[in-house]
Amino acid sequence: MTIAGLLQRSSFLSRTLLISSLGLAILVGCSKTPVGDSADFDAFYPPEPGGTLIDAMAGEPSGLIAMIAGESAASAIASNIFNSLLKYDKNLELQGELAESWKVSQDQKTITFKLKPNMKWADGAPLTSADVLFTWKVVTDDKTRTPYGSDYKLVVNAETPDALTFRVTYPQPHAPALDSWAGLQILPKHILQGQDINTTTFARHPIGSHYYKLEDWRNGERISLVRNPNATQGQARIERLVSRFIPDSASQFLELLANNIDFMNLNPIQYARIFPSRPDLSKKIALYKELGNNYTYLGFNLKHKPFDDIRVRQAINYAIDKQELIDGVLLGLGEPVASPYKPGTRWANSSLQPYRYEPEKALKLLRDAGFEDHDGDGILDRNGKPLAFEILTNQNKQREMSAVLIQRRLKEIGIDVTIRVLEWASFLGRFIKTGEFDAVVLGWSLSLDPDQYSIWHSSQQAPGQFNFIGYSNPRVDKLLEQGRLELDPEKRMKIYHEFAHILQEDSPIVYLYAGYGLPAIHKRVKGIDNPAPPAGIGHNSYEWYIPQPLRRNEISAQ
Amino acid sequence: MIKYLVKRLFWMVPLLIGISLISFLIMHLAPGDITTTEAGFNPKASEESRQKLRELYHLDEPVLVQYGLWLKRIGTLDFGTSFASHQRPVFWQKTDDKGDVTKGMIQEALPVTLLINVLSLGLIIMAALPLGVISALTQNRLPDRAITLFVFVGFAIPGFWLALMLMYWTGVVHDWLPISGLHSLGYEHMRWPAKIWDTLQHLALPVFISALSGLAGISLFVRNGMLDVLHQDYITTARAKGLSENTVVYGHALRNALLPLITILGLSIPGLIGGSVIAESIFAIPGMGKLFYDAVLMRDFPVIMGILTIGAALTLIGNLFADIAYAWADPRVRRGVMQ
Amino acid sequence: MKRGLFKALSNPLALSGFMIIVSILLLALFAPLIAPYDPEAIDVKGILLEPSSIHWMGTDGLGRDVFSRMLFGARISLLVGIVAVGIATLIGVILGAIAGYYRGWVDVVIMRLVDVMLSIPTFFLILAVIAFLTPSIWNIMIVIGLTSWMGVTRLVRAEFLSLRGREFVMASQTLGAKDHRLIFRHLLPNSLTPVIVSSVLGVASAVLVESGLSFLGLGVQAPQASWGNILTDGKEYIQFAWWLSLFPGLAILITVLGYNLLGEGLRDALDPRTSKK
Repeated sequence: MTIAGLLQRSSFLSRTLLISSLGLAILVGCSKTPVGDSADFDAFYPPEPGGTLIDAMAGEPSGLIAMIAGESAASAIASNIFNSLLKYDKNLELQGELAESWKVSQDQKTITFKLKPNMKWADGAPLTSADVLFTWKVVTDDKTRTPYGSDYKLVVNAETPDALTFRVTYPQPHAPALDSWAGLQILPKHILQGQDINTTTFARHPIGSHYYKLEDWRNGERISLVRNPNATQGQARIERLVSRFIPDSASQFLELLANNIDFMNLNPIQYARIFPSRPDLSKKIALYKELGNNYTYLGFNLKHKPFDDIRVRQAINYAIDKQELIDGVLLGLGEPVASPYKPGTRWANSSLQPYRYEPEKALKLLRDAGFEDHDGDGILDRNGKPLAFEILTNQNKQREMSAVLIQRRLKEIGIDVTIRVLEWASFLGRFIKTGEFDAVVLGWSLSLDPDQYSIWHSSQQAPGQFNFIGYSNPRVDKLLEQGRLELDPEKRMKIYHEFAHILQEDSPIVYLYAGYGLPAIHKRVKGIDNPAPPAGIGHNSYEWYIPQPLRRNEISAQ
Repeated sequence: MIKYLVKRLFWMVPLLIGISLISFLIMHLAPGDITTTEAGFNPKASEESRQKLRELYHLDEPVLVQYGLWLKRIGTLDFGTSFASHQRPVFWQKTDDKGDVTKGMIQEALPVTLLINVLSLGLIIMAALPLGVISALTQNRLPDRAITLFVFVGFAIPGFWLALMLMYWTGVVHDWLPISGLHSLGYEHMRWPAKIWDTLQHLALPVFISALSGLAGISLFVRNGMLDVLHQDYITTARAKGLSENTVVYGHALRNALLPLITILGLSIPGLIGGSVIAESIFAIPGMGKLFYDAVLMRDFPVIMGILTIGAALTLIGNLFADIAYAWADPRVRRGVMQ
Repeated sequence: MKRGLFKALSNPLALSGFMIIVSILLLALFAPLIAPYDPEAIDVKGILLEPSSIHWMGTDGLGRDVFSRMLFGARISLLVGIVAVGIATLIGVILGAIAGYYRGWVDVVIMRLVDVMLSIPTFFLILAVIAFLTPSIWNIMIVIGLTSWMGVTRLVRAEFLSLRGREFVMASQTLGAKDHRLIFRHLLPNSLTPVIVSSVLGVASAVLVESGLSFLGLGVQAPQASWGNILTDGKEYIQFAWWLSLFPGLAILITVLGYNLLGEGLRDALDPRTSKK
């Protein structure tokens, strides 16, 4: 209370302040020394091996055996560790990976793969057809907890006539077969034989055969992969791949800005608004654009009125301005969609056009279906019931924004839409599986094979299966069945084009857009194919390199 | 005293069972389970495999049966294995026949959260003591007002907003501190002084932000406690006796004002193991908050139950310690009647 | 009580708090009149515009006027705070009164229930429940309310316990007054002081919790605006579209500050112990 008293107190206070500020100064002063922003990233540097590529992931894999783990984070990392029999080249044509060549028999029911000779696992053991057979046995074993067994279970006979030959026989020609063999990561028999694949620690200590092997996995922090000297496909250039687990995208972006990560998928605003306004960023970070193999749609529950009426579905299709969605949600970084396939591929029927934005046509169709604004409240109604429904979607910013735009456009022609955003497990468990929904905004991530039997065939409507909208069209059923049997690409294409045509007329879903993937990669990483080929920029990631002068200072082993 | 202790410890068992039962029931009210979330919507996944998974985890049995199974395992302190993170034990590490050790999830996440919370609490107390004392001694005058305003602003700032701004300032604009994560690359190869340094640098921002929001509560508590005590008769007596102001304030008033602080500390124990899921998300720190949140979204029942039960147990123990510590520290209670 | 309020307002901090609260309440109340645009009016051509004379606080990711959304967001954020606290206070007062008045096994049961609820970190509970139910405004309010009544219960119970021993209670009982009359006419009004303080402070916390839930995607949902979800929408563009973070951040800061200052000011003024001699 007296000045003297305060001074005496302040000695205690100032002592505390002094210590804390000293501590802070030391903490702050001892910071890392980064590669300065002054290096010239645009100059040419010849390829050389070495360096570390750091990227960020939002989620952590639950394990590195892709067939068990299931989530995309797991397969992303596992695909650097394991090989499949086949792979896709830059133009999305099938190519051999472990297989040197393959032959389809006359009756189209048998495929014979010839493996490359002298292949080894990362631990030095030989890689032979026995490993392929073993992997097939595991994925088709009923005790294996994998969601992906169905394609491989179709095989009635699998054999290995010799160490370099693997032969499978199907009961009838199965067109998606080759694609399925491009997706099966081959596991080592000599390690996994006799172990329970579901609980083996191999999932956390894998041994593979591809460019990289696991170096270290710090739970919750990062996974680092290092080059595999025994890699079957040759040597990748970059020595080390590190994936850091950073859940928040705002934090990821800050790390990118601070040169702490080299790779990040941007959202449209970062790509189209932030980067152009910051020339200092473009000096050190390069932006790429690749069309993903997915599309976003508004799906109707065909078992709920009024969506059983084709006029209502088509009307809603005409009432939605898809270009506005692409401009608003994706800032123009997307393509319109008219077939259930990635635009520009041979499976997409290029003669089809999306429904144009024609609200008057929509109103006319609705009127034909009996909807009028009888009570003058601005909402159309029929037999006293208003035309109102609820759109469900999950916690995905772009889908939410799309739903908001759809809501506005539909309101303009008198349809009352409410939106509900749900957490994923509740979404699936409470609404999709039970069929208790009106409409959803969701996306399909597609495989490279055009078969869509599980999504559109009328036999796939049980709870938990993928025809959850309840679509049933005998002509489509027939086409889908035929498509699985037809191996000739030209004929197959015609089948799926007709399939897309029927879907377009029926309009069981409204295609909204196919968005671009927008990777941002630090310019220290060279060798990237730009513009992106159909397979995306990642197709030749093993050829990327980081020149010596541009590498980070790394603390290495003593 | 012993009787009191025994009675409290005795009460903990039914309380824990009650808490775990309530948590278990609430969890099962949720739609969906691990089979819905895993590979939930991949067209290649099949319903049969999901059904098999359900059977494996006993998810198709009645809720009370599942609870009974869980309770039986808890008896041996076996909290089970996570549904979502394969082969990872929920609580403590397992060593398989090859000698490979798989660390437990809580085993790894808890120390991180504890460290952040303890550092934060330490920082709070270091700041709250002088601030609270000054506030009390200058009651209703400028220093008091300024300090009150400052601590309230600290409480009122939305944490993730401040976090992102500070991360940008200290990590992007200037290269002072790391932005996110717990350890730098190459941490494994550092010597232990460098390791400690590295960890402290990464935790500086999360600890600071956590402390800033907790500062208001404790410093006000110190202030009001001091005010309480300063107006008591024995303080007037001490002054009348001619003791120096310093002795009066620090020797008598502060000591007595701090007694309730012990109770507060005991009551903040549940907070100690509850990591902030928001801070851990922003700073990419693998603590208990993120563990719990991810487990909820994935319907990872063993992990959820493990965290809730261990958390409840620690809370009850913490409360018990706080009560005992207070009783021991306060001579009136020690000698007198225990309620 | 009224004396206490006036006394509190003589404290400049509490006065500022009071004025902040009143201003925000007025802005929220008259939002439809003040807002220059419809908060849900989308303009795909005007995405993320800087603040200007046309849009005082700029526009958001769908071209909506941020100022209008902030005004309507004030309604939501305040509504969530007030209703949640209302629910918590109602439950807390009832349980605390019963526990404090009747004592015995009722007291034991209620206090053990309080212990159980306090053992589970509140945010965990809120998180778990909201993740399961759909995140609507009502669910958020109810859940926050259902998880913050414990403090009020303890306060009310403590007041009842201390008041019970007083002469006027014993006198009334001797005169044969019924229980509920005693509770409602005498005990409750005298216990309200700490409850009011705690309610004011509780609104502040609820506003912060709502912004935290928005960050996790479990707060107020699109297309409705709340300060929490505007702030979350802008978190990835802090350096670029600074207006999306600055305004809601400041708004939350000032509002929470206001409630805290008023609450603490009331506590100071109404608590005889901490008044100046």
